[in-house]
Amino acid sequence: MTSITDPQQGSFRLSMLINDTRYRSYTFQAIAFVVLALCIGFVVNNLFTNLAAQGLDISFDFLGVPAGYDINQRLIEYTSQSTNLRATMVGILNTLLVAVLACATATVFGVLAGVLRLSNNWLVSKLMAFYVEIFRNIPVLIWILIIYGIMTISLPGARPYLGENPDREMLFGMFAFTNRGVNAPAPVFDPLGWVVLAIFVLSVVGMFLYRRYAKQLLYKTGRLLPMGWPSVLIVFVPAILAFFVLGQPITLDIPDTMANRFNIKGGFQIGAPLIAIWFALSIYTGAFIAENVRAGIQAVSKGQTEAAAALGIRPGRIMSLVVLPQALRVIIPPLISNYLNITKNSSLAILVGYADVTATLGGITLNQTGRAIECVLLLMLFYLVISLLISGLINIYNNAIKLKER
Amino acid sequence: MKKTVLFGALTVAGLAAGMASAATLDDVKARGSLNCGVTTGLVGFASPDANGVWDGFDVGVCRAVAAAIFGDPTAVEFVPTTGKTRFTALASGEIDMLARNTTWTFSRDIDLKFEFTGVNYYDGQGFLVPKDLGVSSAKDLDGATVCIQTGTTTELNLADFFRSNNISYDPVPIETNAEGQQQYLAGACDVYTTDASGLAATRASFENPNDHVLLPEIISKEPLGPLVRHGDNDWGDVVRWTLNALITAEELGVTSANVADLAAAPTDNPEVNRLLGTEGELGAMLGLEADWAKNAIAAGGNYGELFEKNIGENTPIGLARGLNAQWTEGGLIYSPPFR
Repeated sequence: MTSITDPQQGSFRLSMLINDTRYRSYTFQAIAFVVLALCIGFVVNNLFTNLAAQGLDISFDFLGVPAGYDINQRLIEYTSQSTNLRATMVGILNTLLVAVLACATATVFGVLAGVLRLSNNWLVSKLMAFYVEIFRNIPVLIWILIIYGIMTISLPGARPYLGENPDREMLFGMFAFTNRGVNAPAPVFDPLGWVVLAIFVLSVVGMFLYRRYAKQLLYKTGRLLPMGWPSVLIVFVPAILAFFVLGQPITLDIPDTMANRFNIKGGFQIGAPLIAIWFALSIYTGAFIAENVRAGIQAVSKGQTEAAAALGIRPGRIMSLVVLPQALRVIIPPLISNYLNITKNSSLAILVGYADVTATLGGITLNQTGRAIECVLLLMLFYLVISLLISGLINIYNNAIKLKER
Repeated sequence: MKKTVLFGALTVAGLAAGMASAATLDDVKARGSLNCGVTTGLVGFASPDANGVWDGFDVGVCRAVAAAIFGDPTAVEFVPTTGKTRFTALASGEIDMLARNTTWTFSRDIDLKFEFTGVNYYDGQGFLVPKDLGVSSAKDLDGATVCIQTGTTTELNLADFFRSNNISYDPVPIETNAEGQQQYLAGACDVYTTDASGLAATRASFENPNDHVLLPEIISKEPLGPLVRHGDNDWGDVVRWTLNALITAEELGVTSANVADLAAAPTDNPEVNRLLGTEGELGAMLGLEADWAKNAIAAGGNYGELFEKNIGENTPIGLARGLNAQWTEGGLIYSPPFR
C-alpha cells in the first residue's frame, strides 16, 4: 500500500509556462534574457549604423603606428617614435605603479587611523575622527586638485637650486624638493655591489627563518627567544660587513644642480604628478579603510580582550595576536573594494598630468588617432581585467584567513 | 505580430540615429539657434566677458554664421570644448560647427571625417619663456620642462622638434590653457608651448607680460579654421562662404559701418552687389536669404575688423596681421571670388 503516488505525468501544455510554478521562473528568466539581448543588440546595431553613416570603421591598426608624443614618467623604454601600443604599455605600468603604491600607503594610513580612533586618549581619537570625516566626505577629485595645487604653489621651482650660487641649498646636499618633484640620491651598483645586495636579501630571508624557528620553539617548548635585536642584527650586520670588506662597491649618484640651467639632473627623481596622485589616493582611501578597521576591531567581542588579559598577555600582543587576526575576517572583504576604488580612481591621474593608461591610451592616443571607440573598449577591458585580478587575489587571501568551519 | 512592431521600431530608431548627421542647415533652422563649439576660454579668440557674453575672434565667426542664417548674431549657443572633447562633440552632432583654433591637418580632414571650411588664422607653434631664464633660441632648451596642452597637434610638433634637433625635454601634459598658465607661472615648467597666437593671448593676461618673451622660432604650420562634419556639403558651404564673405568684405572695403548703406541699393561695383545680395541669387543658392552676407558682416564687421577688435595690435594681445593680412597686402588671406 502506498499513500504517496508519483504526481501524474501530464502532457506539457504551453500555459504551464505561466501557471506552473515549476516553469514560471524559467519563463521570466528567458524573457529577461531576450529583452537584455535586444537592448544590447540595439546599442551595437546603432553604433555600427552610425559609424557606417559617418564612413568610419572599427580598427585596431592604430596600435602599431608610431605614437609621436613623449611621456614624462615611464618605467620602460619609450620614445616618441614608439608605437601606440608601447605608449599604452607605459600607461598601464604607470597605472599599476600608482595603484600598488597607493594601496600600500592607504592600508598603512587606514590601519593607523582606525586603531588610533579607538584610542582611550581623547585628543588622538578625536584627531583621527576629524581626519576620517574630512577626507572621506570631500570628493577625491577635489583632494587631488587641492594637493597638487598646494604642491605647485608652495614648493619652489627648480631654478632656485641651480647654478654656482643657488638661492636654496639641497637638504643634506642631496635632496631637493621642487614643484616638479623630489630629487634624491640614487645608489649606483658596481658588479660587487650586487653581491652586497644579494647578501642583504639573503639576510632578510634568514631573519624570517629565525623568527619562524623561534615561533616553533615557543609553541613546542614554551621557551621564548628574543626577537627584536637578533632580527636587526641578522638583517644589517652581514650586509654592512660585506659592504666594507668588498671595498664600498655601492656609491651614490647625487642630484646635479650644475647640469643645465633648467633642471636638476641625475639621481633618483619622483615626479610631482606621481607624488600628488599617490598621496591624494592614499589619504582619501585611507579614511575609508580606517572605518573598516574600526568596524573590524569593534566586531571582536570584548570578552576576547578580557580573556587574553586574564591570561596575562601584554596589551600590544593582545592587539596583534588576539584581536587583529579575528578582526581581519571582517576587514578584508570591504578592503577589496577599497583597493578596487584606488585602482579605478587612479584614472583621475590626468588631472595632475600623470601619464597613466587613461592619459596615454584614453587621452593622447585617442585624440591623435581619433579612434575613440576602440580606445575606450581597450580601457574598459584593462580596468575590468585588473579589477577582477585584484579581487581574485584578495579573495584567495581571505579564504586563507577566514573562520575555518570543520 | 508584436515582435514585428518591436523590430520595426528598432530599425526606425537605428535609421533615425544614423540620419541625424545629414541636413544640418535644416536642423539648425528648425532649432532656431546655432550650436558652435569654442575653447573653454582663450582671451581674444573665445572667452566669456564679465556678463557671460562670449566674445572673440573665433566667436565672431560663429556669430557671422548665425547672422547669415537667422539675421541674428545672438542666435548661437556656445559650447565650450577642450582639446580632447572637441572632435567627439562635433562628430556626435552636439555642435554644428567648431571654431576653436583647430589646426587643419590631413588626418583630421580625412581620417576623422571632418571638413575644414577655410583658414581664419595662419598660426605656428611658438615657445613662451620667462625673460630671466636668458634663453634666446628654442634650440637652447635642452633639458627644459615644457608645459603642453594635451590632445593637440602641438604635442606632436614638440616631440618632432626636439627629436630632430637632438635635444631632450620633460613634457608636462595639461588639459586647459588656464591650467597651463598656472603651472607655468608657478615655475612647474620652464617653457609653455602652443600656437603663437595663443601664447600672445596668454601672455597678455599675465600680471607682468613684459617678464616673458616669445622665442623667435616658429616650429610648425598651424592653419586654424572652422570645421564641420564630413558628408553634409550644403552645410559646409554655408560656413565656408560666410567666412569668405567676411574676407571678401575686407578686400572690397565693406565694413560694419557702411554695409547697411551699400546694401540699400545696388552700387557701381558688381562684386559688392553680388556679395550683398542686391544683384544675383547667391543667397538662394546657399539656401539662405538674399541679405545673408550683409547680416554676417553687420554682426561683427569684416575679417579685418574682427581681427583688429579682438586680437589686433591695439588690443592687449597685440598680434600683427603678418601672414593674416589680405593677399593684396602681402598676406595669405584670400577668398575665391563671389560670382
